[in-house]
Amino acid sequence: MTDWLGPEEWRAVALSLQVSMWATLASLPFGIFIAYALARWHFPGKQVLNGLVHLPLILPPVVTGYLLLLLLGTRGPVGSILADWGIILAFRWTGAAVAAAVMAFPLMVRAIRLSIEAVDPKLEQASATLGASPVWVFLTVTLPMALPGIIAGAILAFAKAMGEFGATITFVSNIPGETRTIPSAIYAFLQVPGGEASAMKLVVVSVGVAMGALVLSEWIGRRVAARVGGA
Amino acid sequence: MLEVAVRHAFDGFSLDAAFRAPPGVTVLFGRSGSGKTTIVNAVAGLLIPDTGRVTSGDWTLLDTDAGVRLKPHERRLGYIFQEGRLFPHLTVKQNLDYGGWFAPKYAPREDLHKVVDLLGIGHLLDRRPGALSGGEKQRVAIGRALLSAPRLILADEPLAALDEARKAEILPYFERLRDEVNVPVLYVSHSASEVARLATTVVALDAGRVIAQGPASEILSDPAILPVGAREAGAVLTARIVRHHDDGLTELDAHGLTLLLPRVTTAIGAQLRVRIAAHDVILSRHRPEGLSALNILPGVVHEVRPGGGPGAIVALDTKAGRVLARITQRSAKALGLAPGEPIHAIVKSVSIAPADIGAGGAQGPSN
Repeated sequence: MTDWLGPEEWRAVALSLQVSMWATLASLPFGIFIAYALARWHFPGKQVLNGLVHLPLILPPVVTGYLLLLLLGTRGPVGSILADWGIILAFRWTGAAVAAAVMAFPLMVRAIRLSIEAVDPKLEQASATLGASPVWVFLTVTLPMALPGIIAGAILAFAKAMGEFGATITFVSNIPGETRTIPSAIYAFLQVPGGEASAMKLVVVSVGVAMGALVLSEWIGRRVAARVGGA
Repeated sequence: MLEVAVRHAFDGFSLDAAFRAPPGVTVLFGRSGSGKTTIVNAVAGLLIPDTGRVTSGDWTLLDTDAGVRLKPHERRLGYIFQEGRLFPHLTVKQNLDYGGWFAPKYAPREDLHKVVDLLGIGHLLDRRPGALSGGEKQRVAIGRALLSAPRLILADEPLAALDEARKAEILPYFERLRDEVNVPVLYVSHSASEVARLATTVVALDAGRVIAQGPASEILSDPAILPVGAREAGAVLTARIVRHHDDGLTELDAHGLTLLLPRVTTAIGAQLRVRIAAHDVILSRHRPEGLSALNILPGVVHEVRPGGGPGAIVALDTKAGRVLARITQRSAKALGLAPGEPIHAIVKSVSIAPADIGAGGAQGPSN
């Protein structure tokens, strides 16, 4: 595969995988927490939280990227604090991961929320009467029963992160080897004469990863569902 | 001793009930909508009533005046739900172990093997609940509750979702629970035969109020208290098996009176509870002759209570205990029935259904 892809193309693929993996894994705990809160809790400002989570889905990605830059740039209100601790996101691959995570977050939360809502609260009650504290109810009943949806949500988020372009290029630009993910690389190759062949290879990789993610999520979902279904 | 006092208002329904549950099986008995499940949920902590107090010995689960509201997981109760509510993602063995994971180490525990044997679920341990029949699920649910080292077992109509054959399969396990396991049970039911077979104590509910509470034999044979209506009335007698006859009948001794029932498979000498439905009893002033019915119980009339329609419930005292008969008011008048009058109760052997015959525990109703 490294022979087929040139070094520049390979760097883009590897970087995309790295960025998407981190974006997915780092946002998953937050995604589960927010999905649980939206599915099970009643609290003031629930609709506001729901709106905020879904905002990246409807805002133009460029706007999301620019807001991230304002917020997390080295002179932004959050970014300057992080910079004091030595964490710099703007124009770094970590920033690309943040942008990808924010853009994929609504899809992740939606899938997980649906699967948590599908867990019968009566089973959670039964667990509580058997002595499980709320945390244990969550860990031993809610989480395992919602697992198919959590896995599906994570894979969906991963696939979305692989394809993120607008917010990424606005927030962290298009620096080869640092922030040039597959979509940015395709865009860059198409800007130079004779870049179509490279772009085409990356398009094939993109399609392959997306299809692979879909098939994998279906397969895992079915396996877990069969276990939970008890057949 | 469990003591419960609960007051709670819903839309168009108010519950105001207080009762005490001594050791054994206490059955909350009443029509659907009488507030039984609300009470059990308040005991379990799944519902916090407007005001209420629930104590078990010196241990307070709920006292709204004192601000004590233990969470469900702090109450250490084994709750057997109507629908089983087994965890579908766990095997039967894991379901059984589940409560034990959270019980304090010092809590007295039932032995897994003993419970598995008691319930006959040894061959199911590796399966998942999705592969079990309704009756099997309910047996596992009983085991799961027992093995959580509970201080009290709650059962909310655990048989209501099952057909008659499955009910007959599960009821003996509850009898064994009552007789062999030293945990008090609070059992919700609207079935008179379940009450007759299981109850040590009966708390009769109607429209959110306790209308009577006491030992099962007293409550069930009191014609003033028919929480599910005259149609379901029936008294419970305890009797000991004397002999199994070759013609398929079993002879019992009920405190000096002989009862003949269709074959019961229990061993000679065992104590049984037999529910005699009021509508299966015929009354006669004189000891009848040339009659096909095999059981004739002499006694005296205790009370004649006319119903709302043409019927009346007659309570009569026999040596075997109090028996209820449901007859028409016209017959009561024609026979001249009045308290103190001698009377014979006649019961056909075949009218006593197997579902109405159960193991009589050490705390049987006549003790």
